[in-house]
Amino acid sequence: MARADIATEGAGPAGFASVAGAGPRGMVTLRGDLTSPVLARAVAAVTGTGVPARRRIEVAGDRAVAWMSPDELLVLVPRAEAGAAVAALEQALAGEHHLAADVSDARAAFTIRGPGAQGVLMKLCPVDFATLAEGEIRRSRAGQVAAAVWRSGADEFTLVSFRSVAGYVIALLEFSARPGAEPFPA
Amino acid sequence: MLMLTCPHCGVTAEETEFAPGGQAHLKRQGPGSSDDDFEAYLFARANPRGVHLERWRHAFGCGKWFHAARCTVTLEVFGTYPARTAGPPAELRAAIAARRPGWPEGGR
Ligand SMILES: [Zn+2]
Repeated sequence: MARADIATEGAGPAGFASVAGAGPRGMVTLRGDLTSPVLARAVAAVTGTGVPARRRIEVAGDRAVAWMSPDELLVLVPRAEAGAAVAALEQALAGEHHLAADVSDARAAFTIRGPGAQGVLMKLCPVDFATLAEGEIRRSRAGQVAAAVWRSGADEFTLVSFRSVAGYVIALLEFSARPGAEPFPA
Repeated sequence: MLMLTCPHCGVTAEETEFAPGGQAHLKRQGPGSSDDDFEAYLFARANPRGVHLERWRHAFGCGKWFHAARCTVTLEVFGTYPARTAGPPAELRAAIAARRPGWPEGGR
């Protein structure tokens, strides 16, 4: 299997935190006026959540909406529903200035799990993780490439990058998580 | 290290998360302008020792352009403000003048 398909693979080598591709995710970029009530209704119909406030991610079961920029949201749905989500958004936003695009194949998601998960990311991203709140999404870089990261559970982070650099990202995460490379050894 | 706060997403990060965009508030010279004005628009840039107004883009973050007022000598950042403005907001102008008396005339 090509290394670029790593995002759909299982757990990698054992490290001080577990690092793995999070499998296929349905991802839809939605651009438009985030203050529009029409957009809010469209988002709620697809995900069951409200429009997230600045830098927040709203999660409802296997769906979520993340604030990406003042005019952009990332809608997360099960992979098989991405096409239907685009169609539903376009129908609900007909007449409103907007753009909805299925970017599922353009992005890859990774899970970093375990008590050392934060340490894995601290070495890769110029982010003060101590101040990264629950429900906050942080767009930054991981090594040399753009990434978005949020706390998706207890001792767990989800990281999204472009799929074209997924092989680099998983190698980077595995390297950062390798045994003996803990930033705060016990 | 240069720390900037993006006025669009509110993130404060170090400069590797941003991309510099050069001098701010250039007046575009288009068709009908003189050759001298057009040349200056393309090539002539201020290179102050002191307060400088610059364009930056939150390249690895929200992707938006913004402006920053900072000191090229000390790297002190006086503030950042949205890109869709022709100059720093009044509060920021006052903050810069408080730190660099005389700016913009001779305050460098
Ligand atoms: Zn930003």
